[in-house]
Amino acid sequence: MSVPVRKFDAVIVGAGGAGLRAALQLSEAGLKTAVLSKVFPTRSHTVAAQGGISASLGNVQEDKWEWHMYDTVKGSDWLGDQDAIEFMCRQAPEVVVELEHFGMPFDRLENGKIYQRPFGGHMADFGKTPVQRACAAADRTGHAMLHTLYQRNVRANTQFFVEWMALDLIRDADGDVVGVTALEMETGETFILHAKAVLFATGGAGRIYSASTNAFINTGDGLGMTVRAGIPLEDMEFWQFHPTGVAGAGVLITEGVRGEGGILLNANGERFMERYAPNAKDLASRDVVSRAMALEILEGRGCGKEKDHVLLKLDHLGPEIINHRLPGIREIAIKFAGVDPIKDPIPVVPTTHYMMGGIPANYKGEVVAPQGDNPEVRVNGFYAAGECACASVHGANRLGTNSLLDLVVFGKSAGNSMIEYIKTERQDWKPLPANAADVSLARLARLENQTGGEEVADVRNAMQKCVQLRAGVFRNDENLAKGVAEIKAIAERAKRTQIKDKSKVWNTARTEALELDNLIEVAVATLISAEARKESRGAHAQDDYPDRHDDEWMKHTLYDGATRSLSYKPVHTQPLSVEYIAPQKRVY
Amino acid sequence: MKMHFQLYRFNPDVDQKPYMQDYHVELEDSDKKLLDALVRLKAVDDTLSFRRSCREGVCGSDAMNINGKNGLACITDLRDLKQPVKIRPLPGLPVIRDLIVDMTQFFKQYHSIKPYVINDDPPPERERLQSPKDREELDGLYECILCACCSTSCPSFWWNPDKFVGPAGLLAAYRFIADTRDTQVNERLDNLEDPYRLFRCHTIMNCVDVCPKHLNPTKAIGKIKDLMVKRVV
Ligand SMILES: Cc1cc2nc3c(=O)[nH]c(=O)nc-3n(C[C@H](O)[C@H](O)[C@H](O)COP(=O)(O)OP(=O)(O)OC[C@H]3O[C@@H](n4cnc5c(N)ncnc54)[C@H](O)[C@@H]3O)c2cc1C
Ligand code: SF4
Ligand code: SF4
Ligand code: FES
Repeated sequence: MSVPVRKFDAVIVGAGGAGLRAALQLSEAGLKTAVLSKVFPTRSHTVAAQGGISASLGNVQEDKWEWHMYDTVKGSDWLGDQDAIEFMCRQAPEVVVELEHFGMPFDRLENGKIYQRPFGGHMADFGKTPVQRACAAADRTGHAMLHTLYQRNVRANTQFFVEWMALDLIRDADGDVVGVTALEMETGETFILHAKAVLFATGGAGRIYSASTNAFINTGDGLGMTVRAGIPLEDMEFWQFHPTGVAGAGVLITEGVRGEGGILLNANGERFMERYAPNAKDLASRDVVSRAMALEILEGRGCGKEKDHVLLKLDHLGPEIINHRLPGIREIAIKFAGVDPIKDPIPVVPTTHYMMGGIPANYKGEVVAPQGDNPEVRVNGFYAAGECACASVHGANRLGTNSLLDLVVFGKSAGNSMIEYIKTERQDWKPLPANAADVSLARLARLENQTGGEEVADVRNAMQKCVQLRAGVFRNDENLAKGVAEIKAIAERAKRTQIKDKSKVWNTARTEALELDNLIEVAVATLISAEARKESRGAHAQDDYPDRHDDEWMKHTLYDGATRSLSYKPVHTQPLSVEYIAPQKRVY
Repeated sequence: MKMHFQLYRFNPDVDQKPYMQDYHVELEDSDKKLLDALVRLKAVDDTLSFRRSCREGVCGSDAMNINGKNGLACITDLRDLKQPVKIRPLPGLPVIRDLIVDMTQFFKQYHSIKPYVINDDPPPERERLQSPKDREELDGLYECILCACCSTSCPSFWWNPDKFVGPAGLLAAYRFIADTRDTQVNERLDNLEDPYRLFRCHTIMNCVDVCPKHLNPTKAIGKIKDLMVKRVV
């Protein structure tokens, strides 16, 4: 079957913060660029980010990029690559000022400069005192940033392919990337997009869990395409959890509720945090609280019919404090939990928030994979940026507001690398391999012809339950081993999913089935990577190995999809210009 | 709890014309929003097509006509809805399939107002300064999520979607006019000085009534009209 081919200098998959920042770079350089997105660009999940974007502008107090770098290395629990971290923190003031010049409506200080607020882990003077580093547009920073970047791309005449879903990466016999296959959702037609360089900026994959702050579209497509094309995934055991997402809905409830005196209760009405953290109680650090909650639920003391959540009680604060200090939370609780917290507790669960791992990349945005003895050989023509990439600046745990920064720094950097590559190394298109679309066509044909299989929704639910239960905040050998076996079985079931809708136009049954293929790849990678890491570091809290073991485990995991096996590569300890920040015990 | 829905169905691959389909669905306690019910319906009938993403009212994907009024499914409470719940695609735009409409015309109008800050002065080293008071002028404007609830409830937009910018586009136009960093106020007003682009608004206020973000396009339109008058005087 012949598939129509369209040619571009560059193809960008994803129109969130990372994809749009890269697109701007390429469009303004005059390259013929196609930007694909499953949704209209401003509907990408960057729109949901709230708190801010970090940069050591020093608008409120003195600040330095070196301090930002130190906080980020420490936050990463020494798994972050220090060259990439230096690059990001040094670039931060410049890229944030650029956003302002693009028209981003930042809040302002009295002197007219960008407003900056305090945030967890942002410190001055190498971890000594808190500093206001988070540049904010109210509590809608992501919305303001995403719309501004889209608007700037409209100005630059970027060519968007809206509601196009990329299906697979195309590599030639040399292993070089030469394009992608994609499905136009409105017509149901499949195309080959032939390119000199391809960037993945497909965002997160929080939907492998049943409780997530992520959007429906966050299905890890970029990661699925990458493993199917024989490139490994990095550090997939590291997922950040937030203690208080609304149960069933996943929408976030701020830590400020517990700051005001809210408490967590289990099914027996017990204030269980007193047992886990006698001093800090409900205000212990996020990983401690999340872990305690997970344990209560695992041991059968969860609330509700399914015993799958705990309660956040704040009615004892009285209507005054709730209305005055927590009005937004009251609104969310009423809207998304159906309870008025003035009277009733809010059902909450530790909620998956962010994927630290992803497609292995360097600070130039180039995708790198092992070849022979070299763990990091560039995959020619392939780039990745944003949450789908692992640069790795977040290591084992991301600092708040460092993701929006990551998007613009590495989106821009990847854009520049692509321009350079297209101008010097690949001035012409490399030929497409014969049958370049075969993998995608086979996936589509399978769905077309499958009979007697399982519903997509059922397999997806089984996967989400498994990952939620086995690779949650709280992990141990037995649970992870069970999880690996279960997810492999679920992956087999996913090969036989069946859709009833066989029509061409806007077939969302088909796109959901294709997304499930990607989710499954991410879920399997997560469990296998997590099962193997016999230590606790950052978000990977392994009860059988409660300590961090730098001698053995200060290394990045690489998961290979074809063999479902792991290898490891060293952390980049050498920054670009400053001195190495050696591992220390992580206390705040 | 069992609920009764009537959904607008149309699949150009198989249907000659659209029809309303009845669904009776058993809902769980955890199903709070209309979007939860639609997701549940889709698990039963995978041919049902609609857009959705953030499920928290910030992305603007799932605007639809709910019991006669435009809104976002993800923040519409199921239990407040009168049954049978009648769901239709946004009015006035071509239907592609089921609840999915072709938004081309809507975005074309948005793009027509040059939705980006234009400033001809070379950018300074640091941020352009803006006082908190000047920044406040953008509140109630920049938060738009481009859901199209407003424009597709506006009779003027229904009749002239190709010529009238519509409430969302005009709100955006004023967002850039009001930005002290933008140097193109006059050009922007010129761009709207036309019997249709701005002046088709007859202050019917449907747009304000439906905006899920509680924005007020009518007020923004009024401010643009004021500026036009002032400039003549
Ligand atoms: C509720 C919430 C609040 C947050 N708050 C903050 C904060 O305050 N500060 C901070 O720094 N970080 C925050 N984060 C994290 C941060 O927002 C995200 O990590 C970041 O926005 C991801 O951006 P991205 O560009 O990588 O991907 P996204 O914005 O998710 O965009 C992904 C893009 O890829 C496209 N895509 C995906 N698959 C395909 C495919 N197969 N074909 C075509 N297109 C595809 C999508 O359509 C979309 O355009 C928050 C996250 C959440 C969930
Ligand atoms: S006020 Fe103007 S823009 Fe709003 S609905 Fe009425 S005519 Fe349309
Ligand atoms: S003004 Fe309101 S209703 Fe109109 S597009 Fe924007 S958010 Fe939607
Ligand atoms: S799904 Fe995003 S606004 Fe409703």
